Amino acid sequence: MNWINILIQGGLLGGFYALFAIGLSMSFGIMRLVNIAHGDLIVLAAYVALVVTQATGLDPFLSLLIVVPVMFLLGYALQRGLLNQTLSGGLLPPLLVTFGISIIIQNGLLQGFGAYDHRLQVGAIETASLHLPGSLSIGVYPLVVFAVATLAIGCLQLLFYRTRLGRAFRAVSDDADTAELMGIDNLKLYALALGIAMIFTALAGVLFGIRTIFAPLSGPIRLILAFEAVIIGGLGSMWGTLIGGVVLGLAQAIGAALDPTWQILAGHLAFLAILIVRPSGLFPKTRD
Amino acid sequence: MTLLQTQNLSAFYGDFQALFGINVTVEEGETVAIIGANGAGKTTFLRAVAGALETPPEAVIFDGRPIGHKTAHEIVRLGIAMVPEGRRLFPSLSVEENLLLGTHSERSGPWNLKRVYELFPRLHELRRLPAPSLSGGQQQMAAVGRALMSNPRLLLCDELSLGLAPVVIRNIYECLAAIVAEGTTVVLVEQDINRALDASARFYCFQEGHLALTAPTRDFDRAAITAAYFGM
Amino acid sequence: MESVRVERATRASRVFAFFAAAILAVLIAMPWWGDAGQMRLVGEMAYYVALAQLWNLLAGYAGLVSVGQQAYVGLGGYMLFYLTGVWNMNVYLALAIAGPFAGLMSIPVSFAVFRLRGAYFAVGTWVVSEVFALFASLIAVLGAGSGLSLTTGIMREISPDRGVRNTVLYLMSLAITVLVFAVVYFLLRSRHGLALTAIRDSEPASASLGVNTFRTKFIIYIATAACTGLIGGLIFLQKLRISPEAGFSINDWTVVVIFMVVIGGIGTLEGPFIGMLIYIVLRELLADYGTIYLMLMGAIAILVMLKAPMGIWGWVIQRYDLQLFPIGRRLAQTPLATQPKE
Repeated sequence: MNWINILIQGGLLGGFYALFAIGLSMSFGIMRLVNIAHGDLIVLAAYVALVVTQATGLDPFLSLLIVVPVMFLLGYALQRGLLNQTLSGGLLPPLLVTFGISIIIQNGLLQGFGAYDHRLQVGAIETASLHLPGSLSIGVYPLVVFAVATLAIGCLQLLFYRTRLGRAFRAVSDDADTAELMGIDNLKLYALALGIAMIFTALAGVLFGIRTIFAPLSGPIRLILAFEAVIIGGLGSMWGTLIGGVVLGLAQAIGAALDPTWQILAGHLAFLAILIVRPSGLFPKTRD
Repeated sequence: MTLLQTQNLSAFYGDFQALFGINVTVEEGETVAIIGANGAGKTTFLRAVAGALETPPEAVIFDGRPIGHKTAHEIVRLGIAMVPEGRRLFPSLSVEENLLLGTHSERSGPWNLKRVYELFPRLHELRRLPAPSLSGGQQQMAAVGRALMSNPRLLLCDELSLGLAPVVIRNIYECLAAIVAEGTTVVLVEQDINRALDASARFYCFQEGHLALTAPTRDFDRAAITAAYFGM
Repeated sequence: MESVRVERATRASRVFAFFAAAILAVLIAMPWWGDAGQMRLVGEMAYYVALAQLWNLLAGYAGLVSVGQQAYVGLGGYMLFYLTGVWNMNVYLALAIAGPFAGLMSIPVSFAVFRLRGAYFAVGTWVVSEVFALFASLIAVLGAGSGLSLTTGIMREISPDRGVRNTVLYLMSLAITVLVFAVVYFLLRSRHGLALTAIRDSEPASASLGVNTFRTKFIIYIATAACTGLIGGLIFLQKLRISPEAGFSINDWTVVVIFMVVIGGIGTLEGPFIGMLIYIVLRELLADYGTIYLMLMGAIAILVMLKAPMGIWGWVIQRYDLQLFPIGRRLAQTPLATQPKE
């Protein structure tokens, strides 16, 4: 058993999990909203890509050109039309409304596509690997996705720290009340935030849908993985989320190496262990 | 001309009534003080004007137009800016980023970064530091600067002197005088009566949500003010 | 001069108590006037009400919005099957152990999840439930992925006669539901209930008044876990089979329960009953339409949360200040026997 390969594979898996987590992290950081439907939106993006590839013959990577704008608009509309109204009622309304949305998406997909597994095909790159000295073998596709995740977070950091919009996001995240008193249209900003979050959600859905099968009820596990990556990394830190994803991936890889059926469980246990020992995560940044 | 006028302004926090039919008038270019004890409704009044509280449209008239129904961010764009009680700078942002946040009003006017730094030279040195690392007085200057950056016609100042040392307070009020000299209309809420009255042309005294007294400040009998302040 | 005294009951609640007793009597008599199918339905309604009351206590009163209570349903069910199947234990004894077992398991769980707040707590409880489900699917003695069937002797142990058996199971459901409800009711009526309401309204304020918020929430969490485990044991005893997917199903034991509580009226004792009735009616009406009824439930939950977050009974309370299960305290003025002369 080549442990180095296993660990690299696990670490690269973190790239996927980080992509899962970005949208969730943004939602909570800016709107203080934990979107229970987040995982289902990832799966929805994969289904949109499926429809687009089947209708247009485009390959899944190119389908992103359509899927990303569609998901952006969906996120904007969802926040503007529905979720913005839940923000002032305390904990329950956002939780239950997003829960309701989750149920609707899952069952809507079941109605529309049936309870079958699907997968997006891109051909050779799915299984290609780089062969390096020392009998190291790195999957090309996971490497590419990890690079995409890193790039995505880098872009997001640029947005937050170097742009006017990013400044507004950070201000609203700090103190929404005062931000409004400074002339910021909070509700529009929240809608924009979810729209942007959905860009990454779309990426996550499509890229993961190439690697693994998805089905209408695959949402919840994706939500949980995203959630675990965010908590392990520490709330409020995007790079922390990437590292959280890597830790999660490593835990899963180790578990899988011991016994394939232990993969997901190993991740959960690592999450719970970190939660007990270091509840604020590895690199926490937010004040609550 | 009358820049701000409130008509029978009442305000509620849920079932609790904080303001009872307040009538206040502010002429353009004036500095008006609002004094009163804790809980008198002074901050509530400012928040109602700024749009943070729901009020009927006609309860607040700005530049001749009813704004009571407008949201806070719309009101900023019309030209009202607030220096909130307790400064409320954004902790994740640097001093300069806090100042730049004022530009979201999309208004043009004499105030920009350069001019704010001229008014508060100390802020220029501190501009890259995170806002929480500043002293109370410096934070207050930054909060005022942030409000100025939106180029307001009306500046609402809530408890500028709160928690600050006297020499710092004097400094801030000197800067305020410079702002007023530019023609900005100011409504000043203060618990420090003398400070407020020295800086203003007229004053309103609130008592438990009601308007207890209003008069020009010059030569006004301080004993009468004290009586109104405490509701005697 | 009048004196004041603290009153618990309202006129409405006294009238209702009479009706409630009558309804209960009718239900208890059901084995003699109803058929097996009807009894099974009422039994199901009973255990759903019990689960809903427990979730309401947790979320509506203690402020612990858990999306992982299905963990304890599964734990209770599995413990029952394990004890009766592997240890040949008497079924009633096994049931009596299943509940406390779930309660015991909730203690280490709370160490983990109580680190989280709000919505993060919710997802955390969900993760824990998934962990239990995964363990169940991996442990051979628990039947791994395909689960366990109830040993054939057990049903005979309850009674060799099918009719008697159905009656026993039905009355057990009813009894446990009444018991759970009684526990919740008297808890909320008591000093602890007052503490809970205070915590719900404002945790910092109640803490500053000396309410031990952590201990109160901790105890409630364990108690509801134990009761949920007991109900889980009963549910799967009647289903005759348990599997990781069924035992720890979030849809069956949490989504539906939350729907009932939210629509009926969270934070009220009357709400879960109303919510359960609405759910059952909807389910029976839309039985032929597959997953549509779940989507409809989701849409209704969203609508209620946006337009009437207090639920149906919450709306009634606001409108009519009605309380059928008296847990509040009112000041009533009564004239003294003799009046002093003016």
